[in-house]
Amino acid sequence: MARELHQQTLTELAAGLESGDFSSVELTEALLARVADHDGALNAFITVTGEQALAAAKAADEARAAGKGGVLNGLPLVHKDIFCTRDVLTTCGSRMLENFVSPYNATVVDKLADAGAVVLGKTNMDEFAMGSSNETSYYGPVKNPWHLDYSPGGSSGGSAAAVAARLAPAATGTDTGGSIRQPAALTGTVGLKPTYGRVSRYGMIAFASSLDQAGVITRSSADAALLLGVMAGFDERDSTSIDHPVPDYTTALSQPVDGLRIGVVKQHFDAGLDEATGKAVREALAVLEANGAKLIDVDMPNIDLSVPTYYVVAPAECSSNLSRFDGVRFGHRADEPEDLFDLYCRSRGEGFGAEVKRRVMTGTYVLSAGYYDAYYLKAQQVRHLIADDFHKAFEEVDVIAGPTSPTPAFRLGDKVDDPITMYLNDIYTVGANLAGLPGVSTPCGFVDGLPVGLHLVGPHWGEEALIRCAHNYEQLTDWHFACPEDYS
Amino acid sequence: MCARARTGVERGRAEGVSHKKKQQEFPVSLDKDQVQQIAVLARLRLADDEFAETVDKLSRIVDFVDQLSQADTTDVVPMAHPLDVAQRLRADAVTEPNERDRFQENAPSTQDGLYLVPKVIE
Repeated sequence: MARELHQQTLTELAAGLESGDFSSVELTEALLARVADHDGALNAFITVTGEQALAAAKAADEARAAGKGGVLNGLPLVHKDIFCTRDVLTTCGSRMLENFVSPYNATVVDKLADAGAVVLGKTNMDEFAMGSSNETSYYGPVKNPWHLDYSPGGSSGGSAAAVAARLAPAATGTDTGGSIRQPAALTGTVGLKPTYGRVSRYGMIAFASSLDQAGVITRSSADAALLLGVMAGFDERDSTSIDHPVPDYTTALSQPVDGLRIGVVKQHFDAGLDEATGKAVREALAVLEANGAKLIDVDMPNIDLSVPTYYVVAPAECSSNLSRFDGVRFGHRADEPEDLFDLYCRSRGEGFGAEVKRRVMTGTYVLSAGYYDAYYLKAQQVRHLIADDFHKAFEEVDVIAGPTSPTPAFRLGDKVDDPITMYLNDIYTVGANLAGLPGVSTPCGFVDGLPVGLHLVGPHWGEEALIRCAHNYEQLTDWHFACPEDYS
Repeated sequence: MCARARTGVERGRAEGVSHKKKQQEFPVSLDKDQVQQIAVLARLRLADDEFAETVDKLSRIVDFVDQLSQADTTDVVPMAHPLDVAQRLRADAVTEPNERDRFQENAPSTQDGLYLVPKVIE
């Protein structure tokens, strides 16, 4: 007997829709009912778009009956609330955009809709994607479905929690320093961040433009491959989009792991790594090795500087990007401003939360006259050293593997008072963003009932190697099938 | 905590973060005055109860990123693009329709198609 609809992957659901086992309307109704039952406790959604979803599902069913419809026809998913959705509230997790109804769609939203996807709603996130725990959201923290006292990670925590709790089979996310991969690891889901420039950033609210990249959170790498094929591609409207051919990512699913060269970075297993997490990751590597992959030690002497480099570059870019929020054209506006300066300062002071203000101020400082060379320029130089470490490694290996996050999920409230401890969550993931590389996290075990992620990074445009490696690992293990008890 | 001594325009010309130490050295931690100046540059008003916490946390962040000074970056070119490609330019053609009314639906205050702000010229 087929598993219940909410337990099926996108790939399975696509087959079920195609063979007429159920309709998109039935599937959408079933998932919306789960959202209604569970989201009060999880807080994974900021907006549920039930009415629009049912209308889209009906249209998809009609298209199918007429022999039409794209590759995602009738398949439900959710969007991180950082993607602009026409005529739907788009908050970016901020009070600043509490009433912002987007006048246009992000390219990612259009592409998925054109392929027939049905959008169930918009997911909660750290404010402006600045956070690693979802606790900076103006709309309250998301709870981890594996334990409601724990963080699901961030910033795409709502997307990860929705997929882990089987409220949706797939979600979009964005990753500036690990914001897809870390929450995927902490919720036992698959998170794929493509190469910088692979997926359009148009309509994706900007945090740090040289690092931001859209991707997906799913329950299998096969599903990630399916969605990436739809989302990837050149977009005239994003000046950082790169015109590079889009392969059929699903062909990577049939390639064996035999002969794949996997780099293991010495520095990724140093003191900062939780012991049990390290053990789970080493066991995952052993599984791949036993099936024909070659493990090769690689040295990345500059990788330890990734986090400080990131926390100069990302705030610098955010301080510039967030200058658009002025209380004039859209977004929050302070009451009864004394003058224009007061309008700017109070609108921004009231509209942004504490972490966003800290990052805007950090960025303002490192870009200010007298400090630019010492911080920003220096960080961009170190960024080059880090990227060179990766490029050198990829002369010898096809992918680099290690832990996604130094620990499993942590308790809500545990790290929120210390920005540095919170920032160090990103220690294994930010390198890929600094160098513009693709990365994926796939479930590889549990520590005290909380999921652990295996992190893979590939060379530029190396998504196929990541999908091949992660998919093979998923065929050899069943961690990605594990479902939190209360959501089975 | 935007100081209110001058108008925003005057302030915009004169402002800058004061140099506690010589430019070549990394400054360590930030004091209240510096944080105040940064807040002005960033156009952020911090509530009084936020201010002390911001001084503390920003200082910790700045101290943390100071470790970059240890890296030897002699002759290293600063990264301009993660994939080392040049910025693409588009054709100089009109492609976007005028959707002023639609965009202004999100504006906090408009009149006759104009965005309203406090008076800037006496």
